This record gives sequence, C-alpha cells and structure tokens, in this order.
Amino acid sequence: MALSPERVTELKLRANDVRQGIVRALLSAGSGHSAGPLDMSDVFAAFYFHILRHDQKNPDWPKRDRLLLSCGHIAPVRYSAMAYAGYFPVDELLTLRKLGTRLQGHPERVRLPGTETTSGPLGEGLAQGVGMALAAKTDGQGWRVYVVTSDAEHQCGLHWEAMLTAAKFKLDNLICIVDRNLIQIDGSTEDVMPLEPFADKYRAFNWEVLECDGNDIVAFIDTIERAQQVKGKPSVIIAHTVPGKGVSYMEGDYTWHGKPPNAEQAGEALNELEAERARILAHA
Amino acid sequence: MRSTTPKDDVAAAMHLVDYRNVAGLKQVPTRNGFGEGLIEAGAHNSNVVGICADLSESTRMEGFKKAYPDRYFEIGVSEQMLVALAGGLAACGKIPWIASYAMFNPGRSWEQVRTIMALNETNVKIAGAHAGVSVGPDGATHQAIEDIAIMRVIPHMLVVVPCDSVQTKKATLALSEMRGPTYLRFAREKSPVVSTEATPFEIGRAQVLRDGSDAAIVACGILVYNALVAADELAEEDGIECRVVNNHTIKPMDAAAILDAATTCGTLVTVEEHQIRGGMGSAVAEILASTYPVPIEFVGVDDRFGQSGDPIELIEYYGMGTRSIKEAVRRAVKRKLGPYREGPSEAPG
Repeated sequence: MALSPERVTELKLRANDVRQGIVRALLSAGSGHSAGPLDMSDVFAAFYFHILRHDQKNPDWPKRDRLLLSCGHIAPVRYSAMAYAGYFPVDELLTLRKLGTRLQGHPERVRLPGTETTSGPLGEGLAQGVGMALAAKTDGQGWRVYVVTSDAEHQCGLHWEAMLTAAKFKLDNLICIVDRNLIQIDGSTEDVMPLEPFADKYRAFNWEVLECDGNDIVAFIDTIERAQQVKGKPSVIIAHTVPGKGVSYMEGDYTWHGKPPNAEQAGEALNELEAERARILAHA
Repeated sequence: MRSTTPKDDVAAAMHLVDYRNVAGLKQVPTRNGFGEGLIEAGAHNSNVVGICADLSESTRMEGFKKAYPDRYFEIGVSEQMLVALAGGLAACGKIPWIASYAMFNPGRSWEQVRTIMALNETNVKIAGAHAGVSVGPDGATHQAIEDIAIMRVIPHMLVVVPCDSVQTKKATLALSEMRGPTYLRFAREKSPVVSTEATPFEIGRAQVLRDGSDAAIVACGILVYNALVAADELAEEDGIECRVVNNHTIKPMDAAAILDAATTCGTLVTVEEHQIRGGMGSAVAEILASTYPVPIEFVGVDDRFGQSGDPIELIEYYGMGTRSIKEAVRRAVKRKLGPYREGPSEAPG
C-alpha cells in the first residue's frame, strides 16, 4: 500500500531520531560500533514505526511479530528505535554499556524484554529465527519472524545451516534482512572473504531474493510488503546501505565499524542530523 | 547365605536390584532409558518437541519420532543449528530435546550452548549420547570425555549423569518438567541396571547406595556399578567398608551429601568416565577444599584421549575398572590414616 507523503515525512523524522539517539548513546558509552547502527536506522525506523505488529507496553505479547537482531554489535540502533517507540525512556540510551544497564554492549533478552534473544556472537540469529518461525507454523500462528543480519556474518557456517533448514521447512513466515554495507572490521567484505555472487547463493539455497536501497525507507517498506506475499519459501532482502549513513565523515569509511565518535565528532554528527531534520521538514 | 548388614539395609531402602547376582543382572544401554523417557515426556506435555542431527536411531530419539511425527524435526548434520533452532522454539514455549553425540553437542556447539541456552535462559534440553570411552570401537573422535567439564562451568546449566537406563528414563522425565537449560549425559554400551522403578530419584539429591565409614566412593554414570562391585570386594579382601554415593547431579551438586561422606568417612574416591581434570571429581574437590578438606583420589581418564577397543576393555585400560577403583580406595585410606607418614599421593598431571 502506498505511503502518504505525511507518513513518509514522519518515518524519515523517526529515522533521524534514531540516528541522533545512536550518536548520543555512543558518545556516552565511549565505545561501541558506529557505522552499522547508522546505516540500519532507516530499516529499524521502518520496523518499529510501520512494519511490526508489536506492543511496547507488553513486549511479551504472544502474537507479536518477532524481530531478531543477529549482528548484536549494532545494538544501539535497536535500542534507539525501541526507546523512541516507547519501550523505555529515551534518556536510558545514555546508560549504554555502563555497569548495571539493561542496554548491554550486545543485547541480552533477559535484561531487556523485547529484544527476543541474546546476540553478539555472529551467525546465530537466523538459526534462532528459523526455530521461532517453525514454532509459529507448528502452532498455526500468523505472526512473522524478521531477522536482521550483517553481510559479514554470512562468513559463519551456522548461518548457512539455518538457510538450509529454513528452506527445508518452507518458512514463508520468515524474512531475513541483510545489511549489505560491504564492510567488516578488517576491511571490505570482498577483500576479507568474498561473498559475491551473494544473491545467487541465496537463490541456490531455495530462497526468494529481493534487493533494495536500505537507506530508502519507502523502498524498504515496499520490499518488505513484497516479501510478505511470497509463499512456500523464506525470503531475504538484501538491503544495500552506506556504512555510517547520515554522518558525512563516517559514510563509506570502514574504520568507523567499531569505534564511537568523540565529543567533537558527535557534535558535528548531531549538527548534520539536525540540518537533515530541517530539510525533511522543509520538503514536507 | 549372606547375613543382613547395615549396608544391605541401605540397598533395600533404595530398592536396588540384587546387583551381586551377576547372572541375574539386566544389561541395558542408558540411551534406551532416554528414548523411553522422551516418549513418556511427550505424552505428558504436548510442548515437548524432539530435534535430531542425523542420529535418531543411535541416540534413541527414534521412538519419539514415530510416536509424535508432528513434533519431531530432523535437521541433518548440523549441531550448532541443533542448539540455535531449539533456542528459537523454546522462546515460543516449546520444550525442545536435542539429541546428538556428546562429542558434537555440546562438543561442537559449546558457544551456542553458552549464549543461546544459558545466557539467554532458554528451556532447551541437551541429550548427550555416546559419552565416555565406552563408545568403544569408534575411537577417540567419538568419545566425549570432556563434556562434563565444559558444561558444568556454564552458569544456569544443570548437568545430570544417571547411573543406568532406569535412572536415565527418570532423569529425562524430571528434566522435561524443569524450566531452564539442562544437559543429560548418557552412554552407548549396555551396562548393568542396578536401580528399579521404586528407587527414589530427585535431581540435585545424591544417593547413598551402600554404607560404610572407611572411605566413600563418589561415582556417576555407568561406573556406579563398578563402584558397588569394588566396595564389596574391598570388604571381602581388605575389610574396608565403603560408602558408595551415586552423585548423578553434577550441577547443582548435592554439597550436603558430599560433606556428609567426607565427615563420616574421612576420605573420598571419585569415579567418572571423563577426564579427571574439570569433571565431577573436580567439582567434589571444589566443595571439600572450601568446607572440609580430606584426601581425595580421582578415578577417571588421566589427561589422555581414548582409542578404539572393546568398551569394557577400554574402561579397564584407562583406569576406571573395579581393580583401579580398589587401588584408589586403598591409597585414600592410607592417606587418611597417615598423610605425612605415607607421603603425598601422586598428583594428577
């Protein structure tokens, strides 16, 4: 269904909120990952403010859609989206990575309800999502499972075991999203351990493959809606993103994979994001 | 005819079979108990599901697969997937039992077990089959003798090693009722059935199967039978009366039973089909070192890998037969009577 211009503006503002929350949280933490959370802000804004059937006041609602974050190191994007969606106060983002926080460096379900699982060790999210999708099928439940993955965690063997299993059980209630930002800690994914031809690999595993610009919130929602129509097999959305999206000096630079901005850099980032916010409103 | 003694009263109270009657002993693999228990657990609770990594017959999950085909998932040779898939199912209210050889699960899947089962506190039940050197001819690659160590070190994890097939069935049922991550370890080869349906069983409660006050033999798994035989032979040959404790729950361990054995007997011998380092005996030593230190002798595999061979032959070769247990008890009693006179025991490693 086509989104109204007002809705698009609202979603873009939400993505901008999420990015600002990420920058503030990372500055407060003094460690953590910058590029991935920023480049997935549009996807997470789309999930929490448009796609998911969820209840922020009742995170264990049995009929909710399950959103798993497999690449737990980009947790700040999830935390920020959850905070702005009303799961917890936005100020709590400043406790990221501090002793006693619910916002662990890598997310823990037991500490923070709504995160669905505990993640960080890479390559494990899709496999758990397969288990959840299988449970939904077994019980005749209509809720869906979405799993956000990084491209580099496709170097983990378990992810491919999960791809086999999802296809075997024809889990059309499962949608995997890949943050195809082409970077990992040691450099480009294609230098460290090439993944291309990436889409062909999924096709060969009997998955439906869709691709989109992961920084275009409208395109992403449209692609999710197409994936929801697929029957008899799981779908993957390869979301092409720009690492560090929204902060000019981080964009496309893999060295921002695993470090936070300092105070000056964070100030510059927030200024840029405020300017972007003004542009979104000006075009509304 | 054997006269009635206090130790026989203990055996009667525990409703043990007459294990001294070797000809009358039933020999059943502990894995059969798992298979039977799982079917019964499935009948009790429709949320119980089974997942197997291409080993349904040898792990004895096959019966469950036939009884409840809609609740059985075959996923092929992928043990990390076994744990992660179960984690997802458990998050949605299922009670997944996952079966493979202990060497592969938790051997191969340890990090998934730690993160997805334990840290994440999911209600997943591992069935670790073919544990110990008694796997036999398959050799060292398939003989898990480090699994107790790697599982008992994980917070929230419950670790159970039953003594025979009857107890394995009871453990399977009991663990199915308990919420949280658990590890059940059992073996491939036929072994003597010493307990009966009437024998009490409670997770976390060690069992005194024979009483005595000269030394305590604290055993788990199929070697509990060897411990009972060794105890009887020591009484005959040396006049040493041993308490035999079936220490089936490695974690949380029954510290009171261990402490009582130490204070009553003054020395302990631990017996397990596992590496000495890090296993059940190490857990016993951790308890006693900080409460009531007594001399302890460890019977188990001494920092080596297994190899191909006949199961009983391998248990003897790696120092876990009745002769080895008796020698360990004799050393333990000597150390108790005069630790300085006899000099220190030879330390493992």
